[in-house]
Amino acid sequence: MTGRSPLDTLKATGVPVREAVPEDAVAGVLPSWVAAPGGVGEVAEIMRAASSLGLAVVPSGGRTKAAWGRPPERCDLVVDTRAMDRVLEHEAGDLVVRVQAGVTLDGLAAALAVHGQELALDRPLDGATVGGTLATATAGPRALRYGTARDLLIGITVVLADGTVATSGGKVVKNVAGYDLGKLFTGSYGTLGVIAEAAFRLHPMAAERACVTSAHPVSEDLGPLLRRVTAAQEEVSAVEIDWPDPREPYTLTCLVEGVGAQSRASAVRELLGTRASVGGEPPGEWARLPGETFVLEARVRQDDLYDAMLAVAGTVRVTGVEAAVRGWAAPVSVLRIALRTDDGPAAGDAAGAAFVTALRDMVEPGGRVVVVTAPEEIARRVDRFGHIGALPLMKRVKERFDPDRSLSPGRFVGGI
Amino acid sequence: MPGDTLTLLADRLRGPLGDQWVITDPVRLRTYECDGLTYHRATPGLVVLPETAEQVSAVVRACAEAGVPFVARGAGTGLSGGALPRTDGVLIVMSRMRRILSIDLPNRRAVVEPGVTNLAVTEAVRADGYYYAPDPSSQQVCSIGGNVAENSGGAHCLKYGFTVNHILALEIVSPDGDIMQLDALDPGYDLLGAFIGSEGTLGVATKITVRLTRAPEVVTTVLAAFPGVAAGGKAVSAIIGSGIVPAAIEMMDALAIEAAEAAVACRYPEGAGAVLIVELDGPAAEVAGHFEQVERICREEGAFEIRVADDPAERAAIWKGRKSAFAAVGRISPAYIVQDGVVPRTALPGVLARIAELSAEHGIRVANVFHAGDGNLHPLVLFDDAEPGAGERAEHVSGMILDLCIEHGGSITGEHGVGVDKARYMPKMFTEDDLDTMQLVRCAFDPKGLSNPGKVFPTPRLCGEVPGVRKGVHPLVESGKAEQF
Repeated sequence: MTGRSPLDTLKATGVPVREAVPEDAVAGVLPSWVAAPGGVGEVAEIMRAASSLGLAVVPSGGRTKAAWGRPPERCDLVVDTRAMDRVLEHEAGDLVVRVQAGVTLDGLAAALAVHGQELALDRPLDGATVGGTLATATAGPRALRYGTARDLLIGITVVLADGTVATSGGKVVKNVAGYDLGKLFTGSYGTLGVIAEAAFRLHPMAAERACVTSAHPVSEDLGPLLRRVTAAQEEVSAVEIDWPDPREPYTLTCLVEGVGAQSRASAVRELLGTRASVGGEPPGEWARLPGETFVLEARVRQDDLYDAMLAVAGTVRVTGVEAAVRGWAAPVSVLRIALRTDDGPAAGDAAGAAFVTALRDMVEPGGRVVVVTAPEEIARRVDRFGHIGALPLMKRVKERFDPDRSLSPGRFVGGI
Repeated sequence: MPGDTLTLLADRLRGPLGDQWVITDPVRLRTYECDGLTYHRATPGLVVLPETAEQVSAVVRACAEAGVPFVARGAGTGLSGGALPRTDGVLIVMSRMRRILSIDLPNRRAVVEPGVTNLAVTEAVRADGYYYAPDPSSQQVCSIGGNVAENSGGAHCLKYGFTVNHILALEIVSPDGDIMQLDALDPGYDLLGAFIGSEGTLGVATKITVRLTRAPEVVTTVLAAFPGVAAGGKAVSAIIGSGIVPAAIEMMDALAIEAAEAAVACRYPEGAGAVLIVELDGPAAEVAGHFEQVERICREEGAFEIRVADDPAERAAIWKGRKSAFAAVGRISPAYIVQDGVVPRTALPGVLARIAELSAEHGIRVANVFHAGDGNLHPLVLFDDAEPGAGERAEHVSGMILDLCIEHGGSITGEHGVGVDKARYMPKMFTEDDLDTMQLVRCAFDPKGLSNPGKVFPTPRLCGEVPGVRKGVHPLVESGKAEQF
């Protein structure tokens, strides 16, 4: 039993495993090894081996959000899902697709477009995988009409820390048999298990799309505009707010999809005033993250969006931190706020942390402010997640799913 | 002694709830012995009717401390025995908690208590041009709390989704009696999503924030009569394949139509072997475009009569037969079993043909009423309960239909829930590991297994103590104060 190294044990599973290189770091923490399973069976093999060795495992996809969340307390093995990039099943007539978790949203979109269908999720980052999108619950403006990943997910297969493979849901759009593990794993940041496969409900691609764009000074209350636009019977699919500088006007883009989109968009324009214009496809920056290294998310109710914007503008004024904002209206409305603190590390860090605290003071308790990603120095000074009502229950869920805390330990709220 | 335990519990709860809301009289207890699925019956050991979340919390806490199981009951319209009481437990009846607490149109949401009926939410906002989208057939009487427990659907969930897509926050009483908030705004595990559809096994919802949906500009309902279900099924596939997502697509076969005619004289086209109801809603321009396509497709697939409704009265006339179908079957059969299987849409024609074969092979009539758009079958398996062995044969056919759904990659329940009725089919659809993993959630919420036990899962998982860190030696062992066995 002696003499065999952990790497040998991992390699004995037959799953490709290599020594980690600096580019494999997760939120700044370097793993020892990286495994690249090709399917759910291999994920189970590698998880069993890792479990027998007592290794801490962090799942990873397209690495677009590897810096999100808290740095893992331990990180021995990264399970890289990128080799799991197959579309397993797509019966176009069922408007359902089943994929491996390492499929990228871009790749999936291309495969589905051939059949005139789409997974109605926005794509904030190029190269993001299905698994990573689910694990971080990333959403976009089209949430207004289509919901978010959790609403389109109809089945999931996960591998737990000990190698147990579990599936819930299925590949039919209507199904209430058993608990919905998909919901639980959406937004779980790799702390409950490795997402290996997922099935989604699809939508037919819109026959026509049109956008209504209008610029508004910060002094103009967004509330009444939003109420009008989202109540319009022309059915707006999404409303995006693009606000590259909170001291300047913001731009609203309303997306209208489906038959008669152009004429419906013209009707929506009337609601937004004379400055609005109707165009075709959404702008190139649609749904994109407004920055990379230091991004906050304010999550509020639709009618609180404007107050949240004023809170951002006020915080920019008080802290002197530069910000760029992009957000959208939905039942959970979101402002993504990218901060720039490049005026000298120490002062910048303090200002960045002050920004988070000040903004949170204004947005809570009606809303939430989450630090999506931040430079390490700043992240250390602030509470990343803020208030979460059901945190004790989340901890209990973690204890049951991962009693040894070997999956992405400490990555998530409250040390989960 | 469970009897003594329940007596003590009743005494303890009279204070916080008030005497008249703690029911121990056997005759009154018996009125709660079943839900909408009447062939599962059990008289509850004790019934309580709380009026506030604090009272629910007091009841649940008392149960947790006494180790007594509890079952929450909404309107009792469920079709899977999900609210079947426990003879050794407490039935928590939510019907007194029926206030609409707030309506917030700018935020498109309303906060309601669990006993509020589904339709009451829509009624409260209809004049303002909004409604609550999930619409189970029982929406006049079923409660929002029950909808949350079952993740209820309805005819229009093809386009609008299920209860889980329309709930923004919940206040729940956890199985140890704590009042907790689950909110879609919160980052982290989607416990809100996990709770909805857990059939009362993770706690009791006491306050529900629902999403309100803007009423569509136009609703057009089309009734198309086909010579048989095969042609109707092909029309369904063609409509979906053309890129239209109708609000609803419903189908009834000849036997279901016969029943509906007998019951409510819905006057569907004579000689129809199947009728398809397609409802389109949304912006006028879009509905008009889609309507043209739907009409053309139906004609191409052999529809011999098409009726169109553009106003509520005409629409009600079309829906009348469909909505009455379950009850109507009573007119043509003394007894029946309703199934709720789901298959992928594209498997519908094959599955319907096989159901017809099964029906013929076993001499059991099966009437088909279903949400064709999402492959959700509601076969009504008809039998005469006076005839010896007929019930067993019907049960057998009914089970074979579920097997058929599973074989085609479908589900044993699309909207009625597992409850007690389908728990035994769960192992056919899921592996032991799947079910054990699901029950980890149960163990997190309810380690003692007191919240609606015996539902959903065929075999309860013993949760044990909270596991904690298993690696390393326990400090008591390490210090020599205890030994590990």
